[in-house]
Amino acid sequence: MIATVPLEHGLILAAALFALGLTGVLVRRNIVFMLMSVEIMLNSVGLAFIVAGARWGQVDGQVMFVFILTMAAAEVSVGLALVILLYHRFKTLDADAASIMKG
Amino acid sequence: MNLLFYLSAVVALITTLLVITRTNAVHALLYLIVSLLAVALIFFSLGAPFVAALEVIIYAGAIMVLFIFVIMMLNLGGRAAKQECLWLRPGIWKGPALLCGIMAAELIYFFLSGHARISAGGVVQPKEIGIALFGPYALGVELASMLLLSGLVGAYHLGRPEKQ
Repeated sequence: MIATVPLEHGLILAAALFALGLTGVLVRRNIVFMLMSVEIMLNSVGLAFIVAGARWGQVDGQVMFVFILTMAAAEVSVGLALVILLYHRFKTLDADAASIMKG
Repeated sequence: MNLLFYLSAVVALITTLLVITRTNAVHALLYLIVSLLAVALIFFSLGAPFVAALEVIIYAGAIMVLFIFVIMMLNLGGRAAKQECLWLRPGIWKGPALLCGIMAAELIYFFLSGHARISAGGVVQPKEIGIALFGPYALGVELASMLLLSGLVGAYHLGRPEKQ
């Protein structure tokens, strides 16, 4: 009925997904891919919350996931607006194009 | 149910690895959607059906549609038509279709095995989440609404037409 996997396996899965997302942020230079990797990381953190909440049968893990979902939605809307701005200004999606600050 | 968890975990890891190694953004998005669906199935197997539904509707639905909008907007130009032809090749759908098929089989197995109507015991019902959200976490809900408002204002500010 309900999966009875050990807590460690769920947390290892969340850590592996987080590591993959972090690798994506570090390796890719295309800013759309970097945003996608950030989404993977946020999702893996939510997975860790759900696994821990399921372990103790509490509702708080799922409440936290709802908050993470809200945060991800706000983050991605601003992030994609920045992507469009970057593309209009530099005509490229390369994050290194915007490596010099003004001032 | 443990099999469902581990199979979905393997699918999630494979698709996430494919997301960060693709060069075409739309291919990566396709795999990212499959990855999110796999994570939703993991939530389902862990007794969190409400959050699984939220994952599919908001993550795989709304947020990924935003990504697709932006990618489609930025791909305007001479290369777009050629790229459309490339995307319409049937070959590129094989990977996501296979991985989605695994998850569809899991879901069918789940419903046919007679456990679809879970009464109690570990499953957190949406009602409990609502009570917790608007009870002890009411302040968090208010802060989340402020965050969404600031995200809206920020996206509007960044997207406004530049003055000449």
